[in-house]
Amino acid sequence: MAREYETVIGLEVHVELATKTKIFCGCSTAFGAEPNTQTCPVCTGMPGSLPVLNRQVLEYAIAVGLATDCEITRHAKFDRKNYFYPDNPQNYQISQLYLPICRNGGVEIETAEGGAKRVGIHEIHMEEDAGKLIHDEWADCSLVDYNRSGVPLIEIVSEPDMRSAEEVIAYLEKLRLIIQYLGASDCKLQEGSMRADVNLSVREAGAEKFGTRTEMKNLNSFKAISRAIEGETERQIDLLESGEKVIQETRRWDDVKGESYAMRSKEDAQDYRYFPDPDLVPVVVSDEMLEEIRAKQPEFRTEKMKRYREEFGIPDYDIEIITASKHMADLFEAATAICGQPKKVSNWLMGETLRLMKEREVEVEDLRFSPENLAKLIALTDAGTINSSVAKEVFEAMFGENADPEKYVEEHGLKNVSDEGALQKTVEEVIAANPQSVADYRNGKEKAIGFLVGQTMKAMKGKADPAAVNRMLKELL
Amino acid sequence: MANIISDETIEYVGILAKLELSGEEREQAKSDMGRMLDYIDKLGELDTTGVEPMSHVFPVQNVFREDVVTNGDEREALLANAPEQKDGMFVVPKTFA
Amino acid sequence: MTITDMTALQLAEAIRSGQTTAVEAAEAMLASIEAKEKKYNCYVTVDAQGALAQAKDVQARIEAGELTGALAGVPVAIKDNMCTAGLLTTCSSRILHNFVPAYTAEAVLNLQKAGAVILGKTNMDEFAMGSTTETSAYGVTRNPWNAEHVPGGSSGGSAAAVAAGECSCALGSDTGGSIRQPASYCGTVGMKPTYGTVSRYGLIAYGSSLDQIGPLARDVADCAALLTVIASHDEKDSTSIAREDTDFTAALRDDVKGMRIGIPNDYFGDGLDGEVKDAVLAAAKALEKKGAIVEHFDLSLVEYAIPAYYTIAAAEASSNLERFDGIKYGYRTKEYAGLHNMYKKSRSEGFGAEVKRRIMLGSFVLSSGYYDAYYLKALRVKALIKQAFDDAFAKYDVILGPVAPTTAPRLGESLADPIKMYLGDIYTIAVNLAGLPAISLPCGRDRKGLPIGLQLIGDCFQEKKLIQAAYTYEQARGAFPTPAEEVA
Repeated sequence: MAREYETVIGLEVHVELATKTKIFCGCSTAFGAEPNTQTCPVCTGMPGSLPVLNRQVLEYAIAVGLATDCEITRHAKFDRKNYFYPDNPQNYQISQLYLPICRNGGVEIETAEGGAKRVGIHEIHMEEDAGKLIHDEWADCSLVDYNRSGVPLIEIVSEPDMRSAEEVIAYLEKLRLIIQYLGASDCKLQEGSMRADVNLSVREAGAEKFGTRTEMKNLNSFKAISRAIEGETERQIDLLESGEKVIQETRRWDDVKGESYAMRSKEDAQDYRYFPDPDLVPVVVSDEMLEEIRAKQPEFRTEKMKRYREEFGIPDYDIEIITASKHMADLFEAATAICGQPKKVSNWLMGETLRLMKEREVEVEDLRFSPENLAKLIALTDAGTINSSVAKEVFEAMFGENADPEKYVEEHGLKNVSDEGALQKTVEEVIAANPQSVADYRNGKEKAIGFLVGQTMKAMKGKADPAAVNRMLKELL
Repeated sequence: MANIISDETIEYVGILAKLELSGEEREQAKSDMGRMLDYIDKLGELDTTGVEPMSHVFPVQNVFREDVVTNGDEREALLANAPEQKDGMFVVPKTFA
Repeated sequence: MTITDMTALQLAEAIRSGQTTAVEAAEAMLASIEAKEKKYNCYVTVDAQGALAQAKDVQARIEAGELTGALAGVPVAIKDNMCTAGLLTTCSSRILHNFVPAYTAEAVLNLQKAGAVILGKTNMDEFAMGSTTETSAYGVTRNPWNAEHVPGGSSGGSAAAVAAGECSCALGSDTGGSIRQPASYCGTVGMKPTYGTVSRYGLIAYGSSLDQIGPLARDVADCAALLTVIASHDEKDSTSIAREDTDFTAALRDDVKGMRIGIPNDYFGDGLDGEVKDAVLAAAKALEKKGAIVEHFDLSLVEYAIPAYYTIAAAEASSNLERFDGIKYGYRTKEYAGLHNMYKKSRSEGFGAEVKRRIMLGSFVLSSGYYDAYYLKALRVKALIKQAFDDAFAKYDVILGPVAPTTAPRLGESLADPIKMYLGDIYTIAVNLAGLPAISLPCGRDRKGLPIGLQLIGDCFQEKKLIQAAYTYEQARGAFPTPAEEVA
């Protein structure tokens, strides 16, 4: 009989912080600029340049630490991690090894069985991101862009507390939500503002000692993470079953091929010669600083859900979905604050918004319409200026490019015809053209009026308020 | 001398430091490093139990900059010294196969 | 008196009063450089055109009343490890043979703002690693007192240029004695300020926790004036210290009455040349005569400073010099097979032997399994050394001793045995470990006519006491000759 194995997983999660500038210099962190246009002597490792810490980086790191139940290190330092690679202009990365800013935390996740489980956080440290290497297939060389070099990162190192891909995803989603709620990062896996390296080992069920672990890199989506965990678990079990040993190494996941390969080289000694960076001074976190950051902590999801239940009277299911994303919750609250109609705002989010997100494969963080425009759209329908099918059309335009609904309705001539004369004329024509339905209605078939309303709307090209049409039909009949 | 530096050590340090020493340089480096380490071993004579390692001489702490963009596009100046550049980027030997 | 004979302050006064102009001053210095460079090789780069253009501009601003500082119009030289925008900056290394920085070091900017005219970049030991300026990739610099001897190092080019009259004053950098020792060998005044007093922004790092820029000058007054100009709190350097007491010229007072001066017995043991010892002790006597209270004491731990220093400096250097990799600037080897081979060949061909030696040592002491035993141990010893100085400064205002065990050695004598060369730094190195200020000034000459240096060490931030003591001694000593007067 086959032996049973348990998978043991720990994560190293890198999160790019949402600061305006880099961790050690005043260069912009904006995504997508022309190569090397957001660089300076500091973030390109020019001789003689020196780093100075961005205060906001420290504040975000502490905020994340507080939100994940960590102890905040009151006397933290930066260390240099030395290794040669072209994306790292100094050939050392400024990071924290000996005294990281946060330690000994953890978050609760829900398990598949519906229970709660705590995933421990070993530490969170601050460090700088590397530049980007672009491979030039034609010239058989690589090109370096340092725009990302020096973008602030926190690395959240978990304990080896996870046992399945589901737990890993639950942990990542939990972290992402906390960090998004803090506004510390947008945590987009695709764009690389959240990246996870998976440390994985297997052991026979019931064994006390951990097996030898590998570290897997290049995981750009939750799907890739799940697949890589499955693949690596199988690979390690196969090795053990065939009497071989797992080698402690770093592996790169190829999501297209669905397999990983070792990133080994004689030239990578993996001996980083960490030592305290003499160019940076210690960070001493005072009680005041800590209190200030604590006071600025936002309302997190659990508190928000409770408040929504009490304040807005929308269904639990809606609350669940809306608060699952900080961006969605912000949209909801802002639009509700303007129009005062939580139920209608929620309906737009739960209905058309989710539908279009799915249809167009848009992530919630990438929603572009503003709460102001959503409130305007609700006001337009409330006033009867547009009817609900027109409203859906307008919403699509908002969803795409945050169109102003008032302008859009105006420009596309979508307003309900409010000219009583024109409406009466059309209704009279419809009555004249449909004697059978008129007769049916008059004989007590109430439903027949629906057909007449439809015909009128069609004749008006949809630009009439169905309620007004209904009223006028009844009058004239 | 007490510290004998092996070929393997010199090879290993060469990988860390990205230096490649020729035969003669290598022998010289082995002997120099051995002698320097013998000399540094003198520090072992001092009892430093309970002494905190001192990275910074002065208790300067919490030096920050505010999160404000101060730098513009300096690409031209940055690339001016590059041994090889292409499309606004530095050219390096292919980083992986 | 000709322009090249004047002190920087005298020359600035002459320019201010209209006796001469900044342009004439620059021209005179450039002519002196032209005449002497073949012999001494003080400079890696002389920027004649740039200097004349700056001088013209400075002269106009002096006449317009915009520049009124003590050094306006004075031609100065900059050690070639400080970045100068648009001007070749090599660290005397092949690996930076073509590096033209896009920005200027803060200390140099401060000089330019004060109206100093930059003549060029001076030769040095490669990446400031050495004590003789012989490890430069651009030829040795010769001592103006005797061209068969070294000028000292690593700021040998700056010290020799001041001594030879190839600039009015100069900037150097001091990681383990690199300003004070060449100042001593060349008969000039050199000062290493308290760590953090002068911004390191733009100084190409050797040992970041030890490096400090400082002045090299003809006399103590010039030295104080130059330090006053370059000292600043710089937000770009996290280790820069905000000080308010940086008008160092205020300390130029001929008075040491009641000043407590300690002479460490440990600085006068074996290895100290007899003539040097006599000259230094005579200087102590002169200060005593002026009213100072002079005592001998045991500083302790002196012999541990060198091994601690070479561990820390090499470790930091191994990391600081990683950025020289043939990708962003500087030398890249012609032929290579792949990335790592490119790194190794570029660096092995670009760095000289002494630099490679220290990088190898530094990489080793930081490597896995050795960090605690070597690097952390050295940082602990550093703490003990700092404590020893703290104890000494509880009793004394100033510590007095020699700068170096001997006067300038002959060319080629030192490099053969690195440890022997390192031992030459025994009196200067502890100062860097403890972050202290220290000044070196001439106190005599040996029988070969080579200058002997006197070192005064102060507690942190006590540059003024040093300047006061040095100035008082200088008054007692009288004018020190220049090599031009002595060496015909």
